Amino acid sequence: MLAEYLPVAVLFVIAFLFVALSLLVSSKLGPSRPNPVKNAAYESGIIPDPETAVGGSRFPVRFYLVAMLFIIFDVEAVFLYPWATVLRDLSWYGLAVMGVFVALLFESYYYVLRKGGLEWD
Amino acid sequence: MVALATAVGAVLAQTPVADPAGAAASTGAAEFWVFWILAPLSLAAAVSMVVLRNPVHAALMLVVNFFTIAMFYAVLEAQFLAAVQIIVYAGAIMVLFLFVLMLLGVDRELPTRVAQIRGQQPAALLLGALLFAALAVGVAGPFLGADSACNAPPDAVAAAGADAQPCVGLAAANEEGNVRGVARLLFTDYVWPFEVTSVLLVIAAIGAMVLGRRTERPEDLVDGRGVRKEPLRARAARPTGSTALDREAAE
Amino acid sequence: MDWLDVLIIVAVAVGAFALWLVGTALLIWGERRVVAKMQSRVGPNRLGPAGLMQTLADGAKLFFKEDIAPANADRWVYLAAPMVSAVVALVTFAVIPYGGTFTIGDRQISLQVWDPDVGLLWVLAMGSIGVYGIVLAGWSSGSKYPLLGGVRSSAQMISYELAMGLAVAAVFIYTGSLRASDIVANQAGTLFGPIPAWHVIPMAPAFVLFFISAVAETQRPPFDLPEAEGELVGGFNTEYSGAKFAMIFLAEFMNVITMSAVLVTMFLGGPNGPLFGPDIVRAVLPTIYFVVKVGIFLFVFIWLRATLPRLRYDRLMDLGWKVMLPFALLWVMATGFSVVLRETTERATVIRAAAIGAAVAAVLFFLAPLFSRRASEPGGGGGDGGARPLDDPRPGGEALPERAGDRPSTDRPTEEVGV
Repeated sequence: MLAEYLPVAVLFVIAFLFVALSLLVSSKLGPSRPNPVKNAAYESGIIPDPETAVGGSRFPVRFYLVAMLFIIFDVEAVFLYPWATVLRDLSWYGLAVMGVFVALLFESYYYVLRKGGLEWD
Repeated sequence: MVALATAVGAVLAQTPVADPAGAAASTGAAEFWVFWILAPLSLAAAVSMVVLRNPVHAALMLVVNFFTIAMFYAVLEAQFLAAVQIIVYAGAIMVLFLFVLMLLGVDRELPTRVAQIRGQQPAALLLGALLFAALAVGVAGPFLGADSACNAPPDAVAAAGADAQPCVGLAAANEEGNVRGVARLLFTDYVWPFEVTSVLLVIAAIGAMVLGRRTERPEDLVDGRGVRKEPLRARAARPTGSTALDREAAE
Repeated sequence: MDWLDVLIIVAVAVGAFALWLVGTALLIWGERRVVAKMQSRVGPNRLGPAGLMQTLADGAKLFFKEDIAPANADRWVYLAAPMVSAVVALVTFAVIPYGGTFTIGDRQISLQVWDPDVGLLWVLAMGSIGVYGIVLAGWSSGSKYPLLGGVRSSAQMISYELAMGLAVAAVFIYTGSLRASDIVANQAGTLFGPIPAWHVIPMAPAFVLFFISAVAETQRPPFDLPEAEGELVGGFNTEYSGAKFAMIFLAEFMNVITMSAVLVTMFLGGPNGPLFGPDIVRAVLPTIYFVVKVGIFLFVFIWLRATLPRLRYDRLMDLGWKVMLPFALLWVMATGFSVVLRETTERATVIRAAAIGAAVAAVLFFLAPLFSRRASEPGGGGGDGGARPLDDPRPGGEALPERAGDRPSTDRPTEEVGV
């Protein structure tokens, strides 16, 4: 049962060992001479301003919209994959079922488009 | 959003690919150990997700939790469900969470100890209990009742043949591959929930548009004399806290 | 399953691992050489023949570098991000057949690490995990530019993941299976005459969609906005150095190879090709075909970088959401329709219907940009006038001379700077 996952487990172990050992070896090989200036965040030579530091910055709500729309269409795509495997058997019935599904989604796509939800400023 | 996720999960989860009768027959030492490694990991991740103060760390713990769940699905031979768990939950929904955290200001301490809405905590408890009950009934359902085929020993089920409903066995459910097995059920027996999911997604799209609507209406852009105002983008260049964008983000 | 089976599994996995690792080293070298040639430069030519050893030297150098972490970095996440990126890149190619099947003794060996029922969904799943490597690297650095780069690139990646997922779905529908081995088998033989039955011909639109999204997913030029030097310094990896940077770099280039390999698997018959000669040649030929096909795509990736200027962020998002997504959706349904039609209807009728279908698809393809233009007009956009072009010379609105870039740059990722 679990044997079918053996190949990918083997590959994963190889990959993980390769990455972990690389980082470990390099941490031993490289020098370590930290100083405050070296460890400061890089801002093209300008002294980092704690007021605008990462923790305080906020992102436009647009990213939220993109992620939300992404989920919607991602879920749709996920339904398409199993559909692909049985479409030949389901024939016209399958096409109609997915047609309704996709049509509804296309409608919401069109709604978002016309509402300007896809405008990037 | 959670409702959406749950609905999708529910539709996808209604396949008997992971039915215990089949799994029990094939449970070996490997499955045993995989379970006892994954289960504590999964619980630990879930608990630390609740406990951790840093919202990004909490989100990452949730990703770890999703992963262990995906591996459970894989161990139970529900490969498609495992892939979907990673693609939709770990891939899409968690990215949304991370974006929302960014939206709120990443490292801002959120007032987690304070109930934001009146009656939120009792309501959450009640709904959580209801969800747990629903899941418990869903999982245990096939085993209730003495004549259930699932309660029979595996060889008795095998002797009864394919007629032994409702537990057809893992091998039968996955006969032409796990994806086809899911697809057959999804587009025949469960076609109605599937179509309703589409409606749910439409609602989600509308909800996203309403919640994420932009304050930049035409009247905001053009003042009384018909002269174009500074566009939002330029306004955003000003120091934080003074722009419409910030107010919008604070909402 | 005895120890010999396990040994074969390990050997096949190590083989794929080595192939991809060597390929990555060659790609980094090849990119520098080819871009140099295209720009009338010489490129690296000191180490080894034609500078072949350059990548190795660079990699070795990175290992001896100091590992600098910013003071306000999130220690563990800062370490985990490059590991996630690299490990994900190193396991994504598990499902790709990189050679044929041959027999040693009484055992069949197939040069494909893993052939699960979910098939190429594995690639999509790993792709969506890869987003974490980037967004976490950006966040954990505790620095402005990396955070902007990280969020920007994750938004870009999820936007193009949609078109990619739908393009893949079209191929799944055409094949009727998700397995990479089935998809490759479906492309065996010839279509007509000497033309091979590769999916690139019947599935040409899906091929184009997939290729464009592959470029965007791997953040290669002209879609390399996350690391737009002019705006974001180095993007999400600005604060990384030493071996951690090496891991991010490795993952980036390895993903390019994996995407090319997926492209070859789905559309160009994978390791398929004419077989001849003794058994040993027959065993090796598929791998050679595979490597050559992937190499051609890698060259195209490099070619694009040398040729095209970087896109502006809003145009990038527009292309993904307003052109690729609806077109991909239509193509998926059209593919489904044609598959059902072929199963149920006479061939002559199908050919006639196919011609009509192609015409409809073409019309819709040209209509797609019209939709987006109409939606961006004030009044037509459901009362949302914010989409009105700023350089609109309509009365009442004084045209702004510049869209952006004439104001001091900010910490806003929406800032558009035409490069």
